[in-house]
Amino acid sequence: MAKTPPRQKMPEQDPNIRRDNFEEVALGFTEEMAKKEAERCLQCAEPKCVNGCPVNIDIPKFIKLIKENDYLEAIRSIKEYNILPAICGRVCPQGIQCEKECVLSKKWEPVAIGALERFLADWELKNQLKECPDCEAPNNIKVAVIGSGPAGLTCAADLAKYGFEVTIFEAFHTGGGVLVYGIPEFRLPKDIVENEIDTLKLLGVKTEYNMIIGKILTINDLKNMGFMAIFIGVGAGVPLIPKIPGLNLNGVLTANEFLTRTNLMKAYKFPEYDTPIKIGEVVIVIGGGNTALDSARVALRLGAEKVIIAYRRSEAEMPARKEEYHHAVEEGIEFKFLTNPVKILGDKDSNVKEIEFIKMELGEYDESGRRRPIPIENSEFKIKCDTLILAIGTLANPILIKSLPEIKLNKRGYIQLDENGMTNIEGIFAGGDIVSGSATVISAMGAGRKAAKAINRYIKSKIH
Amino acid sequence: MPYKILKKKQLGKSGTLFEIDIHAPLIAEKANAGNFILVRINEKGERFPLTIANYNRQKGTITLVVQIVGKSTLLLSHQEKGDEILDVVGPLGNKIHIKKYENPIVIIGGGVGIAPCYPQAKELKEAGNTIISILGARTKDLLFWQDKMTAVSDKLIIATNDGSEGIKGFVTDPLKKLLSEEKISLVIAIGPMIMMKNVALMTSGVEGLPRVKTLVSLNTIMVDGTGMCGGCRFPSKDGEIHFACVEGPDVDGHMVDFDILLNREKRFAKFEKKSFDLYKQECRLLKEIEKN
Ligand SMILES: Cc1cc2nc3c(=O)[nH]c(=O)nc-3n(C[C@H](O)[C@H](O)[C@H](O)COP(=O)(O)OP(=O)(O)OC[C@H]3O[C@@H](n4cnc5c(N)ncnc54)[C@H](O)[C@@H]3O)c2cc1C
Ligand SMILES: Cc1cc2nc3c(=O)[nH]c(=O)nc-3n(C[C@H](O)[C@H](O)[C@H](O)COP(=O)(O)OP(=O)(O)OC[C@H]3O[C@@H](n4cnc5c(N)ncnc54)[C@H](O)[C@@H]3O)c2cc1C
Ligand code: SF4
Ligand code: SF4
Ligand code: FES
Repeated sequence: MAKTPPRQKMPEQDPNIRRDNFEEVALGFTEEMAKKEAERCLQCAEPKCVNGCPVNIDIPKFIKLIKENDYLEAIRSIKEYNILPAICGRVCPQGIQCEKECVLSKKWEPVAIGALERFLADWELKNQLKECPDCEAPNNIKVAVIGSGPAGLTCAADLAKYGFEVTIFEAFHTGGGVLVYGIPEFRLPKDIVENEIDTLKLLGVKTEYNMIIGKILTINDLKNMGFMAIFIGVGAGVPLIPKIPGLNLNGVLTANEFLTRTNLMKAYKFPEYDTPIKIGEVVIVIGGGNTALDSARVALRLGAEKVIIAYRRSEAEMPARKEEYHHAVEEGIEFKFLTNPVKILGDKDSNVKEIEFIKMELGEYDESGRRRPIPIENSEFKIKCDTLILAIGTLANPILIKSLPEIKLNKRGYIQLDENGMTNIEGIFAGGDIVSGSATVISAMGAGRKAAKAINRYIKSKIH
Repeated sequence: MPYKILKKKQLGKSGTLFEIDIHAPLIAEKANAGNFILVRINEKGERFPLTIANYNRQKGTITLVVQIVGKSTLLLSHQEKGDEILDVVGPLGNKIHIKKYENPIVIIGGGVGIAPCYPQAKELKEAGNTIISILGARTKDLLFWQDKMTAVSDKLIIATNDGSEGIKGFVTDPLKKLLSEEKISLVIAIGPMIMMKNVALMTSGVEGLPRVKTLVSLNTIMVDGTGMCGGCRFPSKDGEIHFACVEGPDVDGHMVDFDILLNREKRFAKFEKKSFDLYKQECRLLKEIEKN
């Protein structure tokens, strides 16, 4: 292989400026950059990159179309596989998916597939060229989708394309799931999410907000309302809370509460918006995933003087997107690896004052394929702080599952599917984080798409 | 779906309590005693919880009783008949378990907590129970729904701190007397955290009084109300963590660590005050503009 030109680097807001605002960090390729980057693709006959993408976008095809200046065909081709390209281009962990498999990554840097995908989606938005994807003729059969995260949105879109009459029921007052309440504005602007959701309107999908299924309507109610199949995509948002002394002190909060207040309820615009958030001078975040990084970077933008992320494993095991890790470092977030909290100490008014940590070392490999962290005796030390944010993981959302005691769950409490993608209850399908446990946007979308296919098959088999 | 205010009226003479009926047929259909809703009045508003104090399935309405304590409740008090509320989500929380108990049930409502007592008293009464209600408030202007509560109680006791109506003292005074005089199967206490703490203490088997099962309604600060944020979490005395929105709001009062909860309530106090003051200032300015 001849040496390829270097990968285009996406322009970004200066770290010193962006650490004080909620505007988008990564600014996207210019047309010229997109062209240059597209030229780097070798148009492999057996493109490995496609296997790395959970929805198998025809990557060489859309890149070739960029080279040929046919942006409209390029975005059309992406949308055959992925209805949320502006989102995936921004938040997919490309480094462990499509770009990891790109042949160039063996010797050089992989093609910036995510950035090219984003370029096309942003181009479409800027030129207002959004079109309604092709659909089969309406068949007047009703299907319900519960939850409007990436799994639900994708499933709904595909079902609409099959001709079904689709209604999404969402607990919150707005759609997007984690895309709106979890991932912050500076990484994924909310008008981008809204715009992608608008595609569903074009497809005729109805959305009912403020509808907590299991409470206001049960699955049985939905069946009685004539929904022939139901997709459950309610996500996994229940925060894990480590059992350490001092948890109930004021100033200790879960990343979910912190991010929901800031992103969904816009506490970063308090007092223009009514929802408050308290931050203080020093903020410590526990965890090493996207949620931990997002919390830390939000805290910085809310005015914290110092933000520290403490993670019990080492840099190599961090599950967060690599790019965001670099962004966080550039913004001045401090990382303490192999560090685990043991105790939270408070002042006389029961506010957090200090965290006691213990140093860890890596031992044997565990079931997750990573080396297990073990505490080093007598290595305790303390750090003073005003806020402690817990981002150590999540569990299955409870309300719907509780209202459906007959549904089969796996050992970890997530919904179990059969080989056809159906739950043990006939006509009820599921996908996304509620099946897999917390994963990624694109894997949730892949699951939604698979479920739509299964639902189509199921219904067609029933009516023929 | 717009949630229209069909009726609004002041309660008592304090000017801080009001009752509103909202058109929400699906919620009314599913509501039961013990349930609450979350409301967001407008685009910039907070999501905050209010108990479903009554519901009418035929008319498709739910009734809320609200005490003005800060910005959001004041903003709600400024909505009038015909106005629409942006978001109403529910019914949330668990309904209370309705059955016939052997001995009388004591239901204690403090301040705005009287409202959520009503559907509980009503449903328990309909199940054949003897209901002794104790209504408490700082002063008589803060009392309301005496007529409604009388209708669903076998006996009604009123206690005000200043003695302006009923017994002078706290709700725990008549409760103590009842506990020492007759067998009680269940105590339900809904009101300020401090009141619930003291009731739960009194029924925990101290001072020679019998231990009686006690339910309290936890009004912790909430965001989503679906078990997803942990904002409403409370510790039990054994150190376990619970989420009030999905496990409650009515929980066994003897397991709650009230001291920690009392402190957690204060988490956002400084911000709440700022928001409240700004809004009051804004209202004053608006009034002046209207005058001119
Ligand atoms: C802070 C954070 C950052 C992340 N960053 C990334 C990233 O950079 N890249 C990436 O690929 N992934 C990221 N992830 C993971 C990714 O967002 C999730 O894997 C994905 O959103 C899961 O999609 P889902 O559709 O299964 O569920 P969700 O997105 O959780 O959506 C579920 C929806 O269902 C609704 N719901 C729940 N219960 C009910 C009910 N009873 N009735 C009606 N509706 C209900 C919820 O309100 C929600 O809207 C991140 C996650 C978090 C929390
Ligand atoms: C399940 C549940 C049911 C409730 N039912 C009712 C009801 O039927 N009628 C009613 O008037 N209120 C009810 N509340 C309380 C109501 O939600 C709060 O009064 C309201 O959120 C205050 O908002 P605010 O902006 O007006 O005041 P804020 O500015 O938020 O607060 C003002 C003061 O009230 C305190 N406070 C804040 N939030 C709460 C809270 N959730 N509970 C108690 N004190 C709080 C603050 O510490 C502060 O001192 C209920 C709460 C819960 C959790
Ligand atoms: S959807 Fe995600 S994984 Fe697939 S090609 Fe796009 S960026 Fe890569
Ligand atoms: S593997 Fe890389 S070089 Fe080959 S087609 Fe895919 S993106 Fe292009
Ligand atoms: S209000 Fe968020 S978990 Fe209960």
